[in-house]
Formats: sequence, C-alpha cells, structure tokens
Amino acid sequence: MHPGLQAYLTVAVILFAIGFGGVLVRRNTLVIYMCLELMLSAATLALTAFSRYNNMMDGVLFVFFIITVAAAEVAVGLAIIVALYRRRGSVVVDDLNHLKD
Amino acid sequence: MPAFAFYLFAGVTILSALFVVLNRDAVNSAMCMIVALAGVAVLFGLLNAYVLAGFQIIVYAGAVMVLFLFIIMLLDPGTRLRPVFTPKTLLNIGVVGIILVASALWLAHQFPQSIELPAAPQLPPQENPMAFATAVKALGMELFTRYLLPFEVAGFMLLVAMLGVIVLSKRTPAEPQKSKTSTDTR
Repeated sequence: MHPGLQAYLTVAVILFAIGFGGVLVRRNTLVIYMCLELMLSAATLALTAFSRYNNMMDGVLFVFFIITVAAAEVAVGLAIIVALYRRRGSVVVDDLNHLKD
Repeated sequence: MPAFAFYLFAGVTILSALFVVLNRDAVNSAMCMIVALAGVAVLFGLLNAYVLAGFQIIVYAGAVMVLFLFIIMLLDPGTRLRPVFTPKTLLNIGVVGIILVASALWLAHQFPQSIELPAAPQLPPQENPMAFATAVKALGMELFTRYLLPFEVAGFMLLVAMLGVIVLSKRTPAEPQKSKTSTDTR
C-alpha cells in the first residue's frame, strides 16, 4: 500500500516552503544558497512523484537534467560568492549593500 | 510498509530542512542539508526511482554539499549569524508558508490516503517505451534516443560551467586583499 501522490506533493511543498523561508531569514549568503538548493530538491521530488504515479519516464529524465544543471549552477554560484568575498571581505548580506542608495 | 517508511523519512527530511534554516552555524546548516538531501534520496527510492536516488546521493549530497562545505570553511567560518526574524519577515514567511502548506494539505485531503500502485517493471513494455521502469537501462534507452540533444547540451554546459568557474576564481591584480585570515600560500 503506497501513500498517495498527494502525500509526496505535500512533502515537496513543505520542503519548498521551508527553503523559501530560509532564503528570507538567513543573512549568510552560503546558507541562502543552500536553501535555494533545498527548493530545487523539493521540485525534483514533486517531478519524480508525478512521474511514478502517472507511469511515465519523462519526469525521471527531467530530474536527471535538473541535478546536472544544479551541480553546474552551484559550482558557478560558489565561484561568484568567493569572488564577492574577495572584493568585499564579507559574505553577510547586510554588508553587501553597495547597490543601495 | 512503504507507507510507514514514507512517513518516517518524510519526517526526517522536513525536520532536517527546518534545522538548515534555524541553525546559527553555517557548517551545522550544511550537515543538516546533507541529511535533508539524503532523505530526499530515500524518498526517491520509495518511489522506485533507484537510479535517481543514486544520482542524488553521489552528485547532490556527495559532491555539491562537499563543495559547499569547502567554501563555507574557506570564507570565515568563525561568524555565527542568527537568522533575522523581524516582524515584517515573519509576516512574509507566515503568509506564504500558510498559503503553500494549507493548499498542500487541502490537496492531500481530497484524495485517498493510500492507493494500490502497480509494481514498476525493470524495463518498459514494448507497447509503451516511455513507461516508468526502474532499471538503469531504461533511463539510458530514453536518454540516448529521445533525449539525446539535451544530453549533449548538458555535457557542453558542464564544460562551460567549468570554464566559468576557472575564469571567475582568478585573482585580478587590482583586488584589495581584504580577507580576515591569511589563506594565501603564495
């Protein structure tokens, strides 16, 4: 007896909401980035659940590409954060306000 | 039995995701993130997508989070920043969170709690080659025929990402050396 599709979707939505909340409240850029990845993971969970419960392989393949793209994105994003740290000396978002008036 | 395992690992995943958000130390957040990603991989396994569970552990929890930990420890691991819960932020999170979670719970309430799912075959049947199947061969058959172009583009994108990281991480001569700890070995 498997839990219904909606159970997996609920878990995915709750994970997404937690990641979203994390992006809003955290001040460390790296933790914000980790919460972004959490949101991405939640979306992949929803895709896989849909793929399984509708007897299709497309969702699984899409998740394969999402994982690939997310890995590349994390590499480039962390390189950007390191370059930003070298310029500003801090990763706290409160200190990265040079675009503010 | 799958239902009990689902509730257990869904709970573990959600709990560790909460700890990612509420932890002061960035390293602790990264550790809880690894647990959360491993929990998502177990949920993939419960959905019979064993190949994806393997990829999630190897690529996401294994490589991506290790990279995160490298960078966290490189960039000033000493500061422990509390999450900022100003009333405005709490209101934003509350509204969005309540809308999302309430809609998810309503959705879950509409439908039966547990259903009979046909067992996923190892390879897809002849009449439906895009049916869900658990073997790596099934993934490969679709990946190299129908999804060949995205596959090649993904390979090219990884090359471009690697070049981008190399270019971004070069030190320009005019940069002020503002790091608090001396990490230069030159």
